[in-house]
Amino acid sequence: MNFQLTKEQEFVRKMVREFAETEVEPLAADIDKEHRFPVETVEKMAKYGLMGIPFPTEYGGAGGDNISYAITVEELARVCASTAVIVSAHTSLCCWPIYKYGTEEQKRKYLPDLLSGKKLGAFGLTEPNAGTDASGQQTRAELDGDEWVINGAKCFITNGGFADVFIVMAMTDKSQGNHGISAFIVEKTDPGFSVGKTEDKMGICASSTTELIFQNMRIPKDRLIGGLGKGFKVAMSTLDGGRIGIASQALGIAQGALDVTIEYMKQRKQFGKKLSQFQALTFVVADLATKIEAARLLVYKAAYNETAGLPYGVNAAMAKLFAAETAMEVTTKCVQLHGGYGYTKDYPVERMMRDAKITEIYEGTSEVQRMVIASNVIGK
Amino acid sequence: MSEVNFAEYKNIWVFAEQRDGKIMNVALELIGEGKRLAAELGDDAKVVALLVGSEEQVKDLPKECFTYGADMVYTVTDPLLEKYTTDAYCSVITQAIQKFKPEIILYGATHIGRDLAPRVAGRANVGLTADCTHLDISLAKYIDFAEANTTLNTAGLDRNDPDKKLKMTRPAFGGNLMATIVSPTSRPQMATVRPGVMQKLEPNPNATGEVVEFKPVLTEADLRVKVLEIVKSAKELVSLTEADIICSGGRGLGGPEGFELIQKFADKVGGVVGSSRACVDAGWIGHDHQVGQTGTTVKPKIYFACGISGAIQHLAGMQNSECIVAINKDPDAPIFEVADYGIVGDLYKVIPEIMDAWDNAEALADALK
Amino acid sequence: MFNIIVCAKQVPDTNEIKINPETGSLIRDGVPSILNPDDANALEEALKVKDTDPDNIHVTVVSMGPPQAQDMLFECIAMGADEAVLLSDRAVGGSDTWATSNAITAVIKKLPFDMIFSGRQAIDGDTAQVGPQIAEKLDLPLVTYVQKFEIASDKKSVKVERQLEDGYEVIEAPIPCMLTCTKELNTPRYMNMAGIFNPDKKITVWSAKDVEVDLTTVGLKASPTNVFRSFTPKPKGKGTMLSGDTEKDVAQKLVGSLKKKHVI
Repeated sequence: MNFQLTKEQEFVRKMVREFAETEVEPLAADIDKEHRFPVETVEKMAKYGLMGIPFPTEYGGAGGDNISYAITVEELARVCASTAVIVSAHTSLCCWPIYKYGTEEQKRKYLPDLLSGKKLGAFGLTEPNAGTDASGQQTRAELDGDEWVINGAKCFITNGGFADVFIVMAMTDKSQGNHGISAFIVEKTDPGFSVGKTEDKMGICASSTTELIFQNMRIPKDRLIGGLGKGFKVAMSTLDGGRIGIASQALGIAQGALDVTIEYMKQRKQFGKKLSQFQALTFVVADLATKIEAARLLVYKAAYNETAGLPYGVNAAMAKLFAAETAMEVTTKCVQLHGGYGYTKDYPVERMMRDAKITEIYEGTSEVQRMVIASNVIGK
Repeated sequence: MSEVNFAEYKNIWVFAEQRDGKIMNVALELIGEGKRLAAELGDDAKVVALLVGSEEQVKDLPKECFTYGADMVYTVTDPLLEKYTTDAYCSVITQAIQKFKPEIILYGATHIGRDLAPRVAGRANVGLTADCTHLDISLAKYIDFAEANTTLNTAGLDRNDPDKKLKMTRPAFGGNLMATIVSPTSRPQMATVRPGVMQKLEPNPNATGEVVEFKPVLTEADLRVKVLEIVKSAKELVSLTEADIICSGGRGLGGPEGFELIQKFADKVGGVVGSSRACVDAGWIGHDHQVGQTGTTVKPKIYFACGISGAIQHLAGMQNSECIVAINKDPDAPIFEVADYGIVGDLYKVIPEIMDAWDNAEALADALK
Repeated sequence: MFNIIVCAKQVPDTNEIKINPETGSLIRDGVPSILNPDDANALEEALKVKDTDPDNIHVTVVSMGPPQAQDMLFECIAMGADEAVLLSDRAVGGSDTWATSNAITAVIKKLPFDMIFSGRQAIDGDTAQVGPQIAEKLDLPLVTYVQKFEIASDKKSVKVERQLEDGYEVIEAPIPCMLTCTKELNTPRYMNMAGIFNPDKKITVWSAKDVEVDLTTVGLKASPTNVFRSFTPKPKGKGTMLSGDTEKDVAQKLVGSLKKKHVI
């Protein structure tokens, strides 16, 4: 058993950290305040190959592994959770299902542009009446000659306002229950497609979270992906990998919060001593650091399993559950350690705390993760 | 390298760098330093100023060299030497070295000196030490210097050791480490020396000495590089993060007019204007100047904190400055805890005095010795 | 093929080095090793030339150092260099700048080149001497302190701006030539992901024998300069409150102190 990162993984961390600190961090507070999607950052990330890391060079990916991808999302999230989720949603929720379930034609048509970052991807499963209960899909797709006609709406779609390609789930045969759901590749230029309202959120404010509206949207027959009735399977397996991305995001948020807090504690003096010299406070830091390290190991193990072709669904659920709850605890305590200053926008920790909350909710709430883990551990 | 007969090498040369017929200040400083070293070297060692350039540029310069202490001046002139080129200057100096065999050559560590000296060292196959801030010949003097200024344990050094090698001390590792270098086997011993560190001698306008002309062998073909243009630039707008000196104002200024004084101060010392957040929030100055948690983080050589209390958000942005000078009316202001130099006083009275004193720095430093 | 050589050095990040206040020695533990910043500018300029015609321009990074310098070369290739060569041999250990330039010259002589870029100076030695000395050993025209660079379309000459203290010179030099680069020249690119994961990175490690260098001209014993002593400057210590009878008095004390300590 080898706990060492490979040379490549170490250099990935080095590169993304430098990139994050120089290109991403300076914008983080502003884009959060302005709720502005950082288009220029996405362009830069595309240029350096960050938008297709865990995919083979044959399709335009970087030829990297999943731990490197996890490290990338973590390092981005360390300074800006919004920027991190742009990469994560694009890579895990759109590029991955096309790579895994697409026909050769579909892969050749979509992956080069997506993996090079020329186009941005997104994933549409959630609906106003189908959140945790994803099987309650009301969006329907009907075959009409050579085209699918799709009607319905999705909500809370990450990258919604800026994506070019969407993996959309729709009901093709209501009588089959979960086996009546199918997955489709939708392009923003498809007739009948539009982006609805943009959510005004508590955190990850620079991430574009929108409605998608399909009004008699017509797409060619060959846009079906994964096979008829296989949409639920496509969605669930996609979310398994997506969980590793979100767990990495949560991990990065926690680490970033702790890092800036330790800096603060070394400068701030009260009662003639630095905060870092008060034992009660250092014990808090010790506990947080330990939890972050535990989260890290869960994330990397899940990523390792995925790359190695081993089952990783439960690992991903555990990583996401634990990392998200850790991020919430760490950021809350880091605001506390900053005292009054932590509650102001002068310091980044209040933003990190607002950002952390969503990791307990999206891509499967903590409750869903517990369902997955329990079902696996207890069995029938 | 072939065996070197040290006895053949005599005198201390100073590359008297001239640009456009004007001798660089550092060259005069090195002549002064050269005299001090010559005294330690003994053996009737002379300080020779080496002037290189066109005849027109060089013709009036020997006098200045003598005024500042040179014993002799060698002039090396040729029309091809009018503009500095590595090829031409390296060639003529190497020829002069071969003919006259100096024991030591000192160059100013200017952009020219740092280009020329290593090329000469490579051609003559001798040791060269860069950016020296201190030179000694006498081991006793070196021990004095080390004990006064460094953490060096001098126990192993013998004051009476007659060794006369040039001991060249210079910063490395970004200034975190000092090293004393010697060139035991090659001659001449060469060093580039940081400008502004060594002392000029008191000028003696009546001094005079021997001028020797050296005619080098130089042809147009020797110059492979062409200087097309020399452009003097007006001081560009330097950003806070690039600035060597920052003059920063805080609430203690009392009002936006305070920044007029800060700007004058910055202009005088060649610095950039900074500000605490309070002044930016009050609309006294633009956000570009803000130093601190929500502004810019800076690491200048000198940070003047004028009327700034030193709240933690501000410190976060400037506490790694190399030297912090704080001026504040309040003796309890937290800024004094991080300042290298603290002045309790009215900045409107203190700053003008600092500006006045600025050009006399050398004399004032002497007064403190 | 137009061949560009970039001389690069792996150095400790001296911005992160601290001094142990009790022993007065450098704390090197945990200080990351990095690609020397000025050399990153040199590599970036070479890569910019390569960008104009990637298939016909070949960039080789040359370095001398212990085996771990291969990490720095990994980074250079991940940035876009075509290959890297490291001279790693105890025989060249302890070299001063003169000896180092002999060693690196021997490496360069084994490779095809039209142009050489190097950084102005390394942040550990801070001498800026190796570049010019290599140019001398290779008998190449040299321009130092390059802050702007242009290559002629026929690739037979270059036009550069050479930094002076108070301005710059515009200089034309023939190819082949050597340039030392300053940080003002460009903003180095990051490594890219495809570069990091490229399984075919060409990093070759040579011994002194491989480069056929004259062993009497390299290494500690051959170096014409030696370190006599090294030490740390006196630690900063607590600040000084300056006082005086008048503001003039205090101001003069301040300026004098700043000059005395060589701050100004």
